[in-house]
Amino acid sequence: MAGTGTALVGVKRAGARGIIYALATFFALFAALPFAWMIITVFKQNTDLYTRTNNPFLFNEPPTLGNIDLLVTQTKYLTFVGNTLLVAAAVVLITVVATVPAAYSLTRLAGRWGESLGIGIFLVYLVPPTLLFIPLSRIVADVGLNNSRWSMVLVYPTFTIPFCTWLLMGFFKSIPWDIEEQAMIDGYSRLGAIWRTVIPISVPGILTVVVFAFALTLHEFVYALAFVSSSAGKTISVGVTTELIRGDVFFWQALMAAAVIVAIPIALLYNLFLDRFIAGFTLGAVKG
Amino acid sequence: MAVVETRGLVKQFGEGAAAVDGIDLASADGEFLVLLGPSGCGKTTLLRMIGGLEPPTAGDVLIGGRVVTNLPPRARQIAMVFQSYALYPHMSVANNIAFPLKAAKVPKAEQEKKVAWAAGILGIEGLLDRRPRQLSGGQRQRVALARALVREPNVFLLDEPLSNLDAQRRASARDELQGFQRRVGTTTIYVTHDQVEAMGMGDRIAVINQGRIRQLGTPREIYDDPADTFVATFLGSPPMNLIPRNGHLLGFRPEHVAPRQMLEGAGGDLVPIHFLATREEYLGAERLVYGEVEGAKAVARFPSTVDVPAEPGRGYEFAVLARDLKRFDAATGLRVAGPA
Ligand SMILES: Nc1ncnc2c1ncn2[C@@H]1O[C@H](COP(=O)(O)OP(=O)(O)O)[C@@H](O)[C@H]1O
Ligand SMILES: [Mg+2]
Repeated sequence: MAGTGTALVGVKRAGARGIIYALATFFALFAALPFAWMIITVFKQNTDLYTRTNNPFLFNEPPTLGNIDLLVTQTKYLTFVGNTLLVAAAVVLITVVATVPAAYSLTRLAGRWGESLGIGIFLVYLVPPTLLFIPLSRIVADVGLNNSRWSMVLVYPTFTIPFCTWLLMGFFKSIPWDIEEQAMIDGYSRLGAIWRTVIPISVPGILTVVVFAFALTLHEFVYALAFVSSSAGKTISVGVTTELIRGDVFFWQALMAAAVIVAIPIALLYNLFLDRFIAGFTLGAVKG
Repeated sequence: MAVVETRGLVKQFGEGAAAVDGIDLASADGEFLVLLGPSGCGKTTLLRMIGGLEPPTAGDVLIGGRVVTNLPPRARQIAMVFQSYALYPHMSVANNIAFPLKAAKVPKAEQEKKVAWAAGILGIEGLLDRRPRQLSGGQRQRVALARALVREPNVFLLDEPLSNLDAQRRASARDELQGFQRRVGTTTIYVTHDQVEAMGMGDRIAVINQGRIRQLGTPREIYDDPADTFVATFLGSPPMNLIPRNGHLLGFRPEHVAPRQMLEGAGGDLVPIHFLATREEYLGAERLVYGEVEGAKAVARFPSTVDVPAEPGRGYEFAVLARDLKRFDAATGLRVAGPA
């Protein structure tokens, strides 16, 4: 009796595992399929791509590197990549430098107003760029950054800082005051205590800020389109779409190549930090 | 080693009553001084002002004869153990203990020696590579103490350091903590709301209520000679009985009540107590008999080893030795001199 019982439990458990693996496989394929399709498309010849009876996931004609060649030689793709990295690095730096003290003051020093102020700052993030680019273009022109990639360095923090401040406030709130005060008792000034306790403990939070500021910069489109028109100053998101869609002609393979070339290193980079994020998000949850 | 002194220390948070309301207190050198009082009476606030984490509204703090009221915590040469232990979660135990030494820019080799010494005193040599989250409550407490000890501070400030331990662990921790303090001989101010901890460990106890010191004395003085009805009823479980008589409150401990004939040989005048028993609790080592004396609720406590009849619903002729009776003013609650 007991034997068949445990056997039954074993079967059930195996069944449950099977379902979990099936679901995981399904979602993994679901997420990976567009990338696979993109990568295959990058190497397709025009006639292969545009013949409607061809299977889009197979090479019906020999693969080619011509599309990548087109991307690199016929457009300023490498300049776009350089601009994007420069703007992203500057925006990430500005965002971190501004949000760490802002979030700290809002959680620790602003008393009961801190929370409402934080939410107020977050609300700013919800104002759409399609509205804001009109007044902002005046400011960009006034400071003489029209048609310069530095215009984006100036403007992007207006949305990365509100969002990331709010994000970081959550992290700071989970760090007990005691730890900071203990560091002050143990011999440091308030700033010294923050530097040695709050900052290292919130590294996962700061990394999250870096990733979000980076990602928000990468996929920003409206401001980049509005403020920069010369090829030399464009970022990938605007440069590729304005120069590889000519009238009604879409250079699909080159477009896919442009996206995949930046997406893959970033995906790998995020993966590298994944453990830290998960550690960060569960830091407060593990007690005792 | 140093003496801690507070002069007219006041802390007012916003409107309303002061959290700490004019405290004058002076520790002796190397003393284990306990601040005892109910939750919310201002003990933590007082300790934080001594530590420099909370600026006082008025008054002064002196450490080693020097006024430190306006100095930041790091300039006071103190060590504090928080109720939560406040271990640095991102550092190993060894680095936690070395932290105050790093702050003081002690050379590396010296740091290692000191850490090993402090860990040795508290018996945590085996834990030095662990992270705080891998430790039990008792181990965390020892790490916090080692960190407090390591730079040989003038004063230890301890805020309910045993309250996170389970009851079993707490008894042995009490013993260890007191032994540890005796060994290092550092002046210690220890905050607790637990009278057993206070009585068991303190050289002296300051009983605090609503931000004021109600009485300061040795555990024996506090228990046997309470200064007012608050102290009389806060200490002892069950607390002192208070019976209104002739405009005063007559106080006696439950363990001082006994049948007349049992006290007659004790030498001393007897004061008769007519005790109407209502309920009995058998607690193994002792019995508690609840009842009424002259209309007021009262409790008597008898060791299980003596056979005192006390049936619920019946009246008994008990007595108390006159020297065990305390009189309090009915209006102010203050102790009144003289026999009942
Ligand atoms: N930062 C603060 N702001 C406002 N009120 C406080 C603050 N800290 C303590 N209090 C109040 O002061 C009183 C004493 O608190 P505390 O010193 O923590 O008491 P205890 O440690 O004896 O339990 C309480 O009424 C508490 O609500
Ligand atoms: Mg407290």
